[in-house]
Amino acid sequence: MLANYGYKDGSGEFFITIDTDRCNGCGDCVPVCPAGAFEVLEEDPNDPLREEPVAVIGEAQRKKLKYACAQCKPASSRPPLPCVEACKAGAIAHSW
Amino acid sequence: MITAGIDIGSKTIKIVALKDAKEIVGRVMILAGTDVKESINKAWAELEKTAGVKPGDLAAIVATGAGKGDAVNAQRTVTEVSADAKGANFLNPEVRTVIDVGAEEGRAIRIDTAGKVVDFAINEKCAAGAGAFTEAMARALEVGVEELGPLSLKSTQEVAMNAQCAVFAESELVTLVHAQTPKPDMARAVHNAISDRIVSMVRRVGMEEKVMLIGGVANNVGFLDSLQKDLNTTVIVPEDSESVSALGAAVLAAEEA
Amino acid sequence: MAEEFWRWTESRWHDPDIDWKKGQIVSAGVDVGSVSSQAVVMVDGRLYCYSNTRTGSNSPDSAVKAMGMALEGTDLTIDDLPYTVGTGYGRVNVPFGQRAITEIACHGRGANFMYGPSIRTVLDMGGQDCKAIHVDEKGKVTNFLMNDKCAAGTGRGMEVFADLLGVSINDVGELSLKVEEEPEPVSSTCVVFAKSEASGLLRAGWPKEKVLAAYSSAMAHRVAGLLERIGVEPDFGITGGIAKNVGVVTRLEKEIGIKSLQSKYDSQIAGAMGAALFAEALIKKGAKK
Repeated sequence: MLANYGYKDGSGEFFITIDTDRCNGCGDCVPVCPAGAFEVLEEDPNDPLREEPVAVIGEAQRKKLKYACAQCKPASSRPPLPCVEACKAGAIAHSW
Repeated sequence: MITAGIDIGSKTIKIVALKDAKEIVGRVMILAGTDVKESINKAWAELEKTAGVKPGDLAAIVATGAGKGDAVNAQRTVTEVSADAKGANFLNPEVRTVIDVGAEEGRAIRIDTAGKVVDFAINEKCAAGAGAFTEAMARALEVGVEELGPLSLKSTQEVAMNAQCAVFAESELVTLVHAQTPKPDMARAVHNAISDRIVSMVRRVGMEEKVMLIGGVANNVGFLDSLQKDLNTTVIVPEDSESVSALGAAVLAAEEA
Repeated sequence: MAEEFWRWTESRWHDPDIDWKKGQIVSAGVDVGSVSSQAVVMVDGRLYCYSNTRTGSNSPDSAVKAMGMALEGTDLTIDDLPYTVGTGYGRVNVPFGQRAITEIACHGRGANFMYGPSIRTVLDMGGQDCKAIHVDEKGKVTNFLMNDKCAAGTGRGMEVFADLLGVSINDVGELSLKVEEEPEPVSSTCVVFAKSEASGLLRAGWPKEKVLAAYSSAMAHRVAGLLERIGVEPDFGITGGIAKNVGVVTRLEKEIGIKSLQSKYDSQIAGAMGAALFAEALIKKGAKK
């Protein structure tokens, strides 16, 4: 399942997609995010039948992703994103 | 030689007249209202009345702001970001980070010693990122927008605001009002929320001292308080913070004239 | 607001031909949203009764009110319900519920029931959110996107306009189609700025239907953009309050080039329906109150 967390508002589209078919709930993404956007849940709230834990974007940052991710996305130059680098399964993608 | 800058914003129109690129000899601010072209004429008339300066007397006029396309007397237009940068630099050459929060747009700009733009980030087209947010919240709290700042300074406890949209935040405030939350605490939550968003834009360009705040929302003491706490620094707010962009345009006009 | 133009008509219904006492499995679902709440009871996988109500200031009370209204006219009481699943914003606060499941999962399942197993793309526009969901033939979610941060493209956005124009929310859809020529859409996505823009248009002499057309067009365009982010695969179905707005639906279908399937069920009960179906599945697996 492709879980697209985030939103679109007047200023743009800001989504982080977690591919739950690739995610194994390892949690490597959790500590590397300076905004604490990621959480690992034992039960996937959007897939009641899934048996593995899964990473989600937590409620605290989900509706302000543009701002949460701002510190890793400076106005000029774009270093590799810590969360994308940390995920060995390649389950994380950003839309901006 | 007198030059002028006109900033046609979404809420107000500002004109600044500058003599010899050094001395401010005229300054006007009026509401843009529903007929912008008419209001522009009114603004020039007001400048003539108060400072004795007519468009014909000016060596050059530069326009900026959301409505800059409507400025018929201007020779050229510049972006709001470059006007902000020049205006801040003119007022204080030690400024390296400019934060401009207007009615519909919020900007964070890093500038160099000459007032040139190094980097910038804009919050646009979303009411939650600019003055429109505080206006909507003031309405929800049934206070005047100019009362919101002082009210928030009386707050005694932090209250969370979860909504990130001006429309949803209004509903959230109504719920808090029903729960008898004290108004000062809600006002403070409003300022913390918008400050949070602006600071995030500042982080994208990187904050370097000194930091200056301009634009209409700079007059809001509650917002300034939240901003200074979030940035952990003292922020300079010039007098007539709303006309700094127009001033910058006037300086740019002088550079070319 | 003197007259409440944003207030839409609440409703309830039950099937007089079903005797729940003769059924094997009775299951219930309740969807407590920030704007509306629905309750659904199913008997052996068939719809027995439902209600569609306005959420009040208190979530738990709204859940009870919705279920009470659904059961009105039947001899089933809340205490008789063997298992209830809650969904929506207020799902963890359903006093008579046993399990909470997110609205994404429930809308996927519910749409599969409402539109049949051919449904692959579901658009749900609720009071304060907008969801695009891909489901498989069983109603299992394979891709989803939910926007609940921004009022544009949500029921609240349309309510703001209904209120601005003094037109009942039940009528905005039809009225927006009464234009001879489709105007340019409003340029602002943001509801706050679009409202100012609309006020300007009204002052310039635009009739209400033209302003509504401009806004509905902008809303349809924005929602189409969200749908296109995950792709629109047929068959396509719309749930939630917006499905009742023929002005937005017609424009949206035109923009994405696919028509929505039609359902005999009230479009707003999809979430509660999915919840009731999950409840049924859980009962079959041995879950009890």
